[in-house]
Amino acid sequence: MFESIATALGPEFYQYLLAGLVTGLLYALIALGYTMVYGIIELINFAHGDLFMLGAFFALQLGIWVGAADAKGQATGQSAILAVAVMLVAAPVFCASLNVFVDRAVYKPLRTAPKLAPLVSAIGVSFIFMNAGVFWMGTYDLNFPALVPNTNLTPDWTVAITYQHLMVLLVTIPVMVGLTLFVRYTALGKAMRATAQNPTAAQLMGINVDRVITATFAIGGALAGVAAVVYGLYVNSAGYQMGFQTGLFAFTAAVLGGIGNIPGAVLGGILIGIIEKLGTGYVGDQWRQPLIFAILIVILIFRPNGILGARTREKV
Amino acid sequence: MTLRGIAGYWMVAGFLLLAAVPFMQGRYVAIYGTQLIPVLCFAILALGLNVILGYTGLLHLGIAAFFGIGAYVAGILSTSGFPFGASFPVVVVVATLAAAAIGIATTAPTLRLRGDYLALVTLGFGIITVSVIRNLDAITDGTKGLTPVRPNFLPGFDDPVFDKTRPGWKDTWRGYPRLYFLCLAVLAGVVIFLRNLERSRLGRAWVALREDELAASCMGLNPARLKLSAIALGAGLAGLAGALFALSQDGTTEPRAYGFERSMLVICCIILGGLGNRPGVLLGVFILVGYDQIATPMIDNWMQEKKLNPNGKEYLKVSGWRLCIFGVALILMMRFRPEGLLPAARLKRELHPERDEVAGEAAAKLEAEDRGQRTEDRGQRTN
Repeated sequence: MFESIATALGPEFYQYLLAGLVTGLLYALIALGYTMVYGIIELINFAHGDLFMLGAFFALQLGIWVGAADAKGQATGQSAILAVAVMLVAAPVFCASLNVFVDRAVYKPLRTAPKLAPLVSAIGVSFIFMNAGVFWMGTYDLNFPALVPNTNLTPDWTVAITYQHLMVLLVTIPVMVGLTLFVRYTALGKAMRATAQNPTAAQLMGINVDRVITATFAIGGALAGVAAVVYGLYVNSAGYQMGFQTGLFAFTAAVLGGIGNIPGAVLGGILIGIIEKLGTGYVGDQWRQPLIFAILIVILIFRPNGILGARTREKV
Repeated sequence: MTLRGIAGYWMVAGFLLLAAVPFMQGRYVAIYGTQLIPVLCFAILALGLNVILGYTGLLHLGIAAFFGIGAYVAGILSTSGFPFGASFPVVVVVATLAAAAIGIATTAPTLRLRGDYLALVTLGFGIITVSVIRNLDAITDGTKGLTPVRPNFLPGFDDPVFDKTRPGWKDTWRGYPRLYFLCLAVLAGVVIFLRNLERSRLGRAWVALREDELAASCMGLNPARLKLSAIALGAGLAGLAGALFALSQDGTTEPRAYGFERSMLVICCIILGGLGNRPGVLLGVFILVGYDQIATPMIDNWMQEKKLNPNGKEYLKVSGWRLCIFGVALILMMRFRPEGLLPAARLKRELHPERDEVAGEAAAKLEAEDRGQRTEDRGQRTN
């Protein structure tokens, strides 16, 4: 049956599917940052998308410094490998430090405040990040150097797989596997899961909850940094508004999978990516956003805790 | 007298001051006075959101969508591309009712969602609405927007100022005062209406729902109906504000004006001023929107005249720092004065128990009591 549907949708179907999978993996990386922070301190970190944007700008700046890109972001053809390596190391560090700093400076004093307070502060941080992005790179979209070539590796197939697709898969999948292993098997990962379940009980068991929260923000930020580099190299453009749109899709992905749930974020990210690309392909680019949010609303109505989220009972 | 006690009189004084603006002379009044009507519209919009967020405690992140619906309904009813040619009262009433109806229809299925999930659905709704408005080219003229929105004042009443051939409201300050007074009167009406509503059975029920939904429903209140009524009123006020905004801008402007950023700006206003408190919300609107629409261009123009920023650098303009200033203001408010500049009494008591007379006394009493007695007391209380 799947075959017949695929034939009806035409030969582009698999190409859309591939593009959706690749984009979805990028959304998943960002969604992980949302979902981990939400899982531990129940904060919708509105600034996360803009952190991603600053990460992309930082990577672009590195590319210019290394000499792999000119001032307009066009690839110069020099030291591409060096630039990619530097970006993949430095951008996550940058985003992680920034995220931890924001947590310390802004969210930490509000831990015991009503839930609206950190949420509103996160919106404030998002505004500041966006403004910083405008000062940094201006209001127009820039090129992000195409350091990974876009050559078609499979000219004989109906699906064109490029180096860029491979790069996304080769970076994102190991990162996610690593994260899963980290959360499952290390002491800090265990502490994270415990804190997510019940912060008070975790503290009583001798877990340093503050350290766990810092680690969560650091990991979430680093994932956003990786996503920013890979997204830039894949899409080849960057602009100060990219964080809003991408962040929103990633957050939708986190909720779709069940917020606070790590495999859920990955699943949600891939689904959102595929829906987005199929929607763009068959319905039209201008209906992409309404489509994604309509699906989100329908899912929330029928399964309010997401696909993989556990059903929770209201406590009295 | 406390700040809050004075606020009531200040509101009257503020309205009188606003009413006096068109009679003032001077260059700046002529240039920036035209910007005051949008500020009045945003004040109505913020009061609408305050019903949803402040009274009832539902975090709605898409209020600007209702604002946009109101604006576009006004556009459809009065622009020449459509056969309606409605007059001003019809435009305003239909815009209000349409926004309220859409509010009820879109919120009803999502009523059982709580907190963050509800916020997310409203965010999605806001984004969907803007996209739909932009994509329905045939009706809404896409990114250009409907223009000109110039209804008759009353059917069969040929007011020279409301004449279709006159220049748009925003083109001349001279043709402006009538619409200005109209908006001011509507705002005053809304303020008085909400003042009475706050003290009514419905208003008190909303607050009860905000404080504790479960307890409120145990007392016999119907949460679903209360939430829907709050959304209907809030959305209706937003639609009304949108219709007036479209009139003042002489068109619906581009759909992006009704997006997430506008919703956020309104939330910022409410939080800055004082969640749930009418004078506070108005103060927040006049500070933030006034800063954004009037003070910023004023300073930027002044700097341009004095050639202080010859290269047009973004970071040397006040408008370049717009988002940054909003962001810092929000963060500082949340940290040091989460109840807002003019807080509602209840919220203030909740957030600063030590400063409050009643709660402070209770705390002192507890302190004085025997330790064992107190832990026993607390145990009972938390159970």
